[in-house]
Formats: sequence, structure tokens, C-alpha cells
Amino acid sequence: MPDPQVTVNGQPRPLAGTPTHTNALDFLRGLGLTGAKEGCAEGECGACAVMVARPAGDGSRWTPVNACLVPALALDGQEVVTAEGLGTPEHLHPVQAGLAAAGGSQCGYCTPGFACSMAAEFYRPDRAEGADGFDLHAIAGNLCRCTGYRPIRDAARALGPATPTDPLAARQERPAPDVVRTRVDGFARPADLAEALALLAEHPDAVVVAGSTDWGVEANLRGRRASHLVAVDRLPELRGTSTDGSVEIGAALTLSEVEAALGDTVPLLAEVWPLFASPLIRNGATIGGNLATASPIGDLAPALLALDASVVLASTDGDREVALADFFTGYRETVLRPGELIRAVRIPLPLAGRTTFRKIAKRRYDDISSVAVAAALDVVDGTVVTARIGLGGVAATPLRARATEAALEGQPWSEETVEAASRVLAGEGTPIDDQRASAAYRSAMLGNALRAWWDEEGSR
Amino acid sequence: MSELSRRPADAVVGLALPHESAALHVTGHALYTDDLVHRTPHVLHAHPVCSPHPHARVTRLDAAPAMAVPGVVRVLTADDVPGVNDAGVKHDEPLFPEIVMFVGHAVCWVLGETLEAARRGAEAVQVDYEPLPAVVSLTDAIDAEHFQGGRPVIARGDVGAGLAGATHVFSGVTEMAGQEHFYLETHASLALVDEGGQVFVQSSTQHPSETQEIVAHVLGLDSHHVTVQCLRMGGGFGGKEMQPHGFAAVAALGAVLTGRPVRLRLSRTHDMTMTGKRHGFHAQWRVGFDDDGRLTALEATLTSDGGWSLDLSEPVLARALCHVDNAYWIPHVLLHGRVARTHKTSQTAFRGFGGPQGMLVVEDILGRCAPLLGIDPVELRRRNFYVEGQATPYGQVVRHPERLAAAWEQVLATGEVRRRCEEVAAFNAAHPHRKRGLAVTPVKFGISFNFTAFNQAGALVHVYKDGSVLINHGGTEMGQGLHTKMLQVAATTLGVPLAKVRVAPTRTDKVPNTSATAASSSTDLNGGAVKDACEQVLARLREVDAGRGLAWEELVREAYFSRVQLWAAGFYRTEGIHWDSTAMSGHPFKYFAYGVAAAEVEVDGFTGAHRTRRVDIVHDVGDSLSPLVDLGQVEGGFVQGVGWLTLEDLRWDESHGPGRGRLTTQSASTYKLPSLGELPDELHVALLEHAHEDGVVYGSKAVGEPPLMLAFAVREALRDAVGAFGRDGTSVELASPATPEAVFWAVERARAAVDGHAGHGVVEGLPGEVPDRPDPAAPALHPRSEQAAHAAGEA
Repeated sequence: MPDPQVTVNGQPRPLAGTPTHTNALDFLRGLGLTGAKEGCAEGECGACAVMVARPAGDGSRWTPVNACLVPALALDGQEVVTAEGLGTPEHLHPVQAGLAAAGGSQCGYCTPGFACSMAAEFYRPDRAEGADGFDLHAIAGNLCRCTGYRPIRDAARALGPATPTDPLAARQERPAPDVVRTRVDGFARPADLAEALALLAEHPDAVVVAGSTDWGVEANLRGRRASHLVAVDRLPELRGTSTDGSVEIGAALTLSEVEAALGDTVPLLAEVWPLFASPLIRNGATIGGNLATASPIGDLAPALLALDASVVLASTDGDREVALADFFTGYRETVLRPGELIRAVRIPLPLAGRTTFRKIAKRRYDDISSVAVAAALDVVDGTVVTARIGLGGVAATPLRARATEAALEGQPWSEETVEAASRVLAGEGTPIDDQRASAAYRSAMLGNALRAWWDEEGSR
Repeated sequence: MSELSRRPADAVVGLALPHESAALHVTGHALYTDDLVHRTPHVLHAHPVCSPHPHARVTRLDAAPAMAVPGVVRVLTADDVPGVNDAGVKHDEPLFPEIVMFVGHAVCWVLGETLEAARRGAEAVQVDYEPLPAVVSLTDAIDAEHFQGGRPVIARGDVGAGLAGATHVFSGVTEMAGQEHFYLETHASLALVDEGGQVFVQSSTQHPSETQEIVAHVLGLDSHHVTVQCLRMGGGFGGKEMQPHGFAAVAALGAVLTGRPVRLRLSRTHDMTMTGKRHGFHAQWRVGFDDDGRLTALEATLTSDGGWSLDLSEPVLARALCHVDNAYWIPHVLLHGRVARTHKTSQTAFRGFGGPQGMLVVEDILGRCAPLLGIDPVELRRRNFYVEGQATPYGQVVRHPERLAAAWEQVLATGEVRRRCEEVAAFNAAHPHRKRGLAVTPVKFGISFNFTAFNQAGALVHVYKDGSVLINHGGTEMGQGLHTKMLQVAATTLGVPLAKVRVAPTRTDKVPNTSATAASSSTDLNGGAVKDACEQVLARLREVDAGRGLAWEELVREAYFSRVQLWAAGFYRTEGIHWDSTAMSGHPFKYFAYGVAAAEVEVDGFTGAHRTRRVDIVHDVGDSLSPLVDLGQVEGGFVQGVGWLTLEDLRWDESHGPGRGRLTTQSASTYKLPSLGELPDELHVALLEHAHEDGVVYGSKAVGEPPLMLAFAVREALRDAVGAFGRDGTSVELASPATPEAVFWAVERARAAVDGHAGHGVVEGLPGEVPDRPDPAAPALHPRSEQAAHAAGEA
């Protein structure tokens, strides 16, 4: 096996000797590429954003990620572009020129990260021309404390198309680098599922990472260290999707990849994506990782609970399927056994006819829920036949609102039913006071979720 | 017109230029203090050992286990300090404390070969604490009379008579939270020892001269042994005015003791838990209005949450009291101020420096009383504006009040406020669960440091033989575009193209004894000094030219060979200002900056979530030196103010559990600042025209702080929208910050209100709730010069 290395701005850079806990940001800065900055070390601010070449169809896509969360060793074999690799002060990249001319930088500290997020959107192959062609959600994960964003927004909207001779555009025509197998002290990227499971059996204390959007925070903010990291995000067995009988989603697909693969197939999930963290996080975080981390305030679990999803767990003993409603056992605890991995998520078909996702947070985008409510109802001839409601933020685990479901099922789909069910829903869970919201507000938000849904589209 | 403000034809000032470092910013080539670490060999990394208690005595500190951790080089403790063990200018902030005063207070610092080693070493240090009682909440501090510093009073007229003669008297309480600066670059210092024992500290500091002073007194050195440099900061907003000194001193101490460069960079968690924030305030007030809604009298007691030490709390309080009037004439005024001491981070400067908190009091009063008076808030505000000849409660005549009135009318017209009020009413009538609100608010903000001595600046301008120009000045660049403006000033004064001029990093060995880059005044002050230096050189060059009209390069070359000095030190001091900090009266401000904002919001009654639909702003920057920079300051300040008022939610654990005193919002994931999604759907900003300011560099005005307070319009629009959920005439009490949850509860109260009062809010009639009147024997504020002399005597 060759020594690990990563290509940065076109130059190979050795990774050998890099400690497991060193993230890509510190690694890049250690190379003297200090454009990427640490603003928060937990993937919230985007000052560390860099672009990575990821597979897309027959070619590749420049994909922005938070360098502060990714272990440097996880970049073995990959290609990275930083703000320094986009352009130079003498020859600015179009994104950089636009930002500079518009007054898009004041203190400049967040700016290289913005440039990378914007450049990735700039290179999106299906980006339409014109002001609305630039999807502003692309920069939702980048915080700026100086400008108030207006000039950054205007610079983004004014971007023209990439020129055909642009080397970074041309790079997207070719496939992303092959996945390499990495085995160094403390870090392993197995080649396939069998090797991954063998590694986990060999090192029961190993930490499984994919996008590291959770592990990176633990390592950076809480000083957690692992004797072994096993990276599963490129395992081919964990990266498929199918819609045969049920929707099956490979656990190692990033949320961005799931979004692209599903399109509008599952309308409830299509509602979740724009509200789920930021693109920088969704480009790293995987659907399996989001469930395995078992956060009570994750946004995906309530939605998947409402969709009656299950998870397929793989180990050296074979596969087993567990209903998601039975998966979470306590605060950040699941039924996953040592040596076991989530291989896939299954959503049964047909889907419920009426669905909604309600997220309560301080900020409209790029925030963590105080309360999340997902509901999926089958209404036949005006009567609620089945009701499934998933809740986040109101207990130690994501949970189903069973009493509310019972209050809905068998009743006419009417304002009166919604009102009665809302009173039940307000009493679900065991919400607490914390820095995001009071318990009283959380209960009130439960109580209002169905009312607001009815107000918007209930009678339609 | 003064020479200082006269602007020549074809001036470089007035051009809309990008930030002078824009090309470096966007490519990642702009260097910040911590970027230098990767270009400096053999650096040691510093990590703090932080107190888990809000108040405790350190009974034992054992560093030996840390020294056993591989890679740990040294543990810095109080025993290592050769000079004064203090990080402040008031000698109330021990650098290595025996008694810790807040959760996060650093007891000692560990130096390691890597940050990882230093962190592990810090974990290994053993500290025993004897916990002491802690005061955490501001209201607890008020109840316990736990105050610090002076208790200034501003008084004019007879407030008792003013209230007795009023048609309507209301009283109430207004509380507002603080704000985390959340500059994207956390505090950073890199210190090394030069030949001859000179200490060189690169620091992310807004006040290099004071950083230099503190480093020197900690090390027991004279100031000329210490040089502080600031390349640029990744944001400051006031948070790097006083707070960097201790961190620079720790790095410098480590460098002196080890002989190696020492880097100290705070993680975001450390930055949020260890450094000061905007002061939260509590205000009790009584107010009188006449038949027409004109203010007759205001009595208020403002108490700020100072945290564990004084820091800048006294001047912040003074500025708060000087801004309670905002844009309004109030004949009879009695304002008391005091600083609570709480076991929290020591709160400090933040854009506006108390001004926003003072102004929020009167805006909150008007917003809550307008429905009770039955007067449209837009009209109520306008009716109370200062007019020509009237003076503030501290005795300064308000010059150019007609400019504020002009800005007000312009916003009403271009913002189509009247028409949109009707649209809002129609929308509200049609939507039971969604309501819109519209509000217009003014800003009047005094420019200059209240403390008169700070209103001076120096500059050093070199013209080289080839005609190129290098300027140094005392101000620091934190994104506000000061360097850009200084380049424009120098190019304009010398009459050379911008490309001929370069600005050098801010260093204490180039320009000494500088003031903080603060109080919005840095362009006024440093611009005056740069212009002075340029004019000195120019005067000599004119003699050489003797009317021949030589080209610049030729002239410079000839001057050199004629042995004419081609460089000069410039100096500026603001004339015509004076301030008696004990009597709280005088003429502290060179002028007032004005602004007006109109905002329209929509509130979701189910959740309290809100969104800003449209904002129209007219802001007064005088004759703009750099319109793109000024526009950026107006927009950025406005959005930062919106963050303070509607989103950013500092929470401290006030329970009596083990987490007491802990900041529970200590990360980007729990403390939310505005993101792109909070940008108003429409934002229209215009700079006020015909706004030339005589006596200020090239007719300009300061712009850093005043726009923050334009955000009041959003808060008042939220109040308007919340009120629409209740009956007409509902007085709405709105928490600050008005987060979605706070707005939701306000909506619930408005819906439940039956008598026009949503909640327990405003009390009508005399005597009402009489604000606390601090003991007349309580200490006044003392002039800073006295305090400095006192501190020096102690040392």
C-alpha cells in the first residue's frame, strides 16, 4: 500500500505521520495554506470550507466541506482545492473577483470559506444563467459577522458561467479519484464491507466515521480521542439506492447524495433537506451516521419515524432489520452492537398521502431544532386511516407520538380532529428547558404543529 | 469651511473603492495573527486551565503532573510574573488569580510543543478550589446591591414637577440581554523575544498601545522594550479593545521565560467563556407625556451587568446614560446609572458602547406607550424630535437636527411607508395567524470618546525618493475599512494616485501612545493625523517646486537632493470638546451621526418565527470618504444589531446546580448569529446627501457604530406585528432578544390582553413604580486620569 497522500491545489502532499486527531484544516494550515480558517471548529461557520472532488455520474463535482471536521487521513487519495487554489491576488477567480468588487469582504476572515462554497456552486453543471441560477442555499453554511451578507448575495447572483477553458470546470468532466484503501496506525479505510466488519471485530473500541460531522465536533471541542478510526463512507456496499418494493438508501450516502438520488420520490424528505444543517454539513454527513449518532434533536429521525422506516444492520453474523421506532434506546444510545454497522435505511412503499415537516429553531436555516415534528397521514374518503408522527427535541430520543396518532386514526380529517389531536400532541414527550428553548415553548410548539399544517394546507 | 473638511476637486476620497485588502482576503493570502504561527519556527502553544466554579478560592495548584505529560514545556503561574500580576488598567484583573471570579477564569497556562500536548498538560494540572457564593443574574445582583465602580447621575430640570404636570404618566421595566462579539477570528497572540531582550508581540488587538502597556507592566519592563504589532483582525467590534491584553501578556511571559516564540490562540469555546461581551442592562423608568404625546419628563435607573471586573463598564455606562434621549427632547430628566458585579465574564466594549442599550430604553418606552396614548408610533417619535437650539440632558446643543428630520422624511417617502402601512393593515385583516408590522425609528449617536484625552491620534508618513508613499497611523484594521480610507486621505492630500500609497501594519514603535480603534472615531482622528503629516511634507515640497508645477516624482527627487525632509509625523486632536465625568455634563461629542430605518416584518402566530420583508435606511456619514466601505458599515452594523435584538441569545446557568454560572451558549451551535437567511428580503440603503460635516476630515462623519441602532426598526416592527394579534391599542412588552420563542409568548399575551395591556408591563399614573434612587453618597465616576494616577501609585 503506498504512503497516504492528498492532492492539494494540484500538488501531492504526504499525509504520513499525521496524527489521527489532526483535522484537514490544521493539516492544510500546517502546509502554509492558511486561507482556510478556524472559526468554530464544529462545522457551524464555514470559515474552513474547502472543495473536494467527489464522484458524480461519469464525472466528478467540486464539493465543499468543512475542513475542521474531516480527519486529514480521511483525505488519502483525494483532491482538494482551497481558496489559494482558486486564484491569486494578481489573477482572481471569477468568484473571488466578484466578492472583492462587491464589497463582499470586510475583515476577510470568513471570505476564503465563502469563496470555496460559492465556487462549488459556480461549477454546478446544471446551474442556470441569471441571478436566480445561483442557489443561495449553497452559502447557507457560511457565517459572516461584518457585511450583513447583502454584497455577498449580490456577488453570487451576478456570477456568469464558467468558461470552458477553466481548469476546475474541466476537472469535473473526469471521474473523481479512485477510492484508496488506507491502513495507518490508528486510521483505516477498508476496501469493502467485509474488511470493515473484520476491522470492527478486531478493534471493538474503534470509532466508525463517515463524514465525521459528529466525531469531528467531539474531537475538536471535547478532546475525545480514539485508538482506531474506521472510515466507512466509501464502502461500495453502503452506497446504493433502490426503489424496488421499498426505498432503500445506502447508509454511507451523504445527505446531499440522498437528496440528489431521491429527488421528489419522498416528498417528506424533500421538505427536510433545506432545513437540515447546511450544505457544508449535508455534503459530509451520511444518513447512516445521522441515525447511529442517535441525537435526540436530529432532524432526519423524526421524518424517518413518520415514514415507518427501518434500518438494516450488518455484522460478521449477517444482516438484521430493525424498525427505527425500536432503534433508539436512550440518550445517544441504540440497539447497535459492537462490531455492527448500519448498512442501509429502508422506507416502505407506498408512501403516506399527506406529509409535513415542521422545524422550530431560532434561525430559519442552518440551525439545530428545538422541536421537530414530522407527520405522515393516509386519508381515505375524508377519514384518517393511518397516522405516524415522529418527534425530535422533546425527549432523550427521537420518538413516535403514539397517543396523537391514536387520536387521529379513525377520525375525519377535519379542523375539529386536528384541534383534538393537537391537545394530545402538546402533552407528548418529556420536553426540558435548555438554552435552545423552554419546556413550555416546546410543548406549545408540539401543540401548534398540526394546527399550523391544517391552516396552511389541511383542507386542500 | 474649515481647512480640514475642504475637499479638493478630483479627490481620491469619495471614490467607491473595495477594501484595500480585498484581493488578499478572497484568495486567502491576507495574514492574521495566528497565520503567522505556521511561518515561525519552534513555536510553543499555550492552553489555559479554567475554573469550573463561578467564584472560588484556589487553595492548591499542583503543576507537577502537567510537566509529566510528554511535550509539556512549562506551566505559567503567578510565581512567574516579574512585574505586576494584572491584565487590566484598573488593577482589578489579576492575570493569575488567587480567587477565581467566573466559570472559565484561567488559573494558569500550560506551554507545550504542540497544542495537543498543552491541552493534555492543562488537563493534568491539579487545582483545589474552595467554592464561594456567586451572584449570577443581574436581578440577583440588584437585589443584593452587588455593585462596583461609580454611580453617575445625569439630571436636568425637575423630574418630579415634570411628571406631576404630565397628562399621562407610565412606569415600567425594560431588560435587554448582552451580545457575544463572535468576531470570526478568536483572540490570538504570538510573542517572541528579539535581541537585547526586546519583546515583540503580534496581537489581534484594537488597542496596541494598551496591549503594550499591559505586557510591559506584567513583565516589569518599560514600554520601550515592548513592541506590539497588529497586521489586521478578523473582526473586533469592541471585543478586542481591552480583552487582548492579558492573552498577549501570557504569551509574552512565556516567550521571555522559555526563549521561544509562544502562540496563544483561544478556541471558540474559550473565547466565548473567557472574554467579555456586550453588557446586558436592566432599566426602571417613569415617563410623562403631555396631551399631544410630547415627552415632559423621564426618570430612569439603568443597571448594567458588568461581570466580575470593571473593565470598560464605567465608560460604557456613561455612554448609555448619554444616549437615553436618543433623538428626543425631554425637558426634565433624572438618570441614574450603576454597574452590577456578577460572577460572569467581564463585560466590555461592543459596537455602540452602551449607546444602544441607553437608546433601547427610550425606544422601548415609546413603543410600549404609543398604543396607550392612542398615537401612531411613527408620529409619536417624530413629534418628539429635537429641534434647532435644544440641548441634550448633559448640556450639549444638538447641531443639525434638521438632518435627522430630512432623513426621516426621505425614508417615509422612498420607503412608501404610508402606503405600506395600509397594505400591512389589509394583510393583517385577512390573516388570523400571520401578522405583519411596520416601524420607523431614528438614530442620533454622539461621536468622540467621552473621555476627552483619547481624542488624539498620530501618523507617520514617509515619501521615498522614488515618489512612493508609506503611511503608518495609530488605528487598527478589523474589517471596517480604516486603512482604505487612510490611503484615500493620503492620496487626496498629497495629490498623488492611490497606487502611490501603501499602508504599513499598525505598530507601537511607529506611532506611540495611540488610542483604541474604537468609538467610531478612528477615521476622524487618524485621518486628521495622516492629513497633517501629508500637509507638512507637501508644504516643504511646494517650496521646492516654487510654482514650477513639477511632476510628483521629479519634485520628490529634487527635494531629496535639496536635503528637504520627505517624511513627517502628523498629529491630530479633536477641538472644542470637553466633559466633566463627575458632573456628567459638557460637550463630549464633536458631532452627532444620524440615521433612520423603516422595517417591515411578518410574524407566524403559531411559532413566533419572524422574517424581515423589507428595510429602508437613510444614514448620515457626512460627505462619504469611501462610499462602498460606508455602505458596508451601514448594512453590516444594521444586521449585527438585528442579531442582538432578535436572535442572539446569551444564556447563563442561573440554577444552583453544579453548572451555576456557566455560559450555556458557548459555541456556534448554541449561540446563533444572523446567517444569510436573516438578511431582509429587500434592503435599500441610501447615504444622506448634503451632509457635509465641517471641521472633520474631508467633510466626513464616523460610521462604525451608529448603524447598529438602525435595527431598532426591526424590533419595533415586531412589536407592531405582535400587537396586531391583539385588540387595537394593545401595549406589547417584548423581550430582548425577541427570539421566535419570545415573540411567541408576546403573541400569546397580546391575544389574551383585554384592557390594552399585554402582560404585566406598563403601570399608569403617579407615583407608579419609582426607580431605585441610589444613595446620594454613592461614588461618582472619577476621571480616568485620576484612576490611572491612582493605579500607578499603587503599582
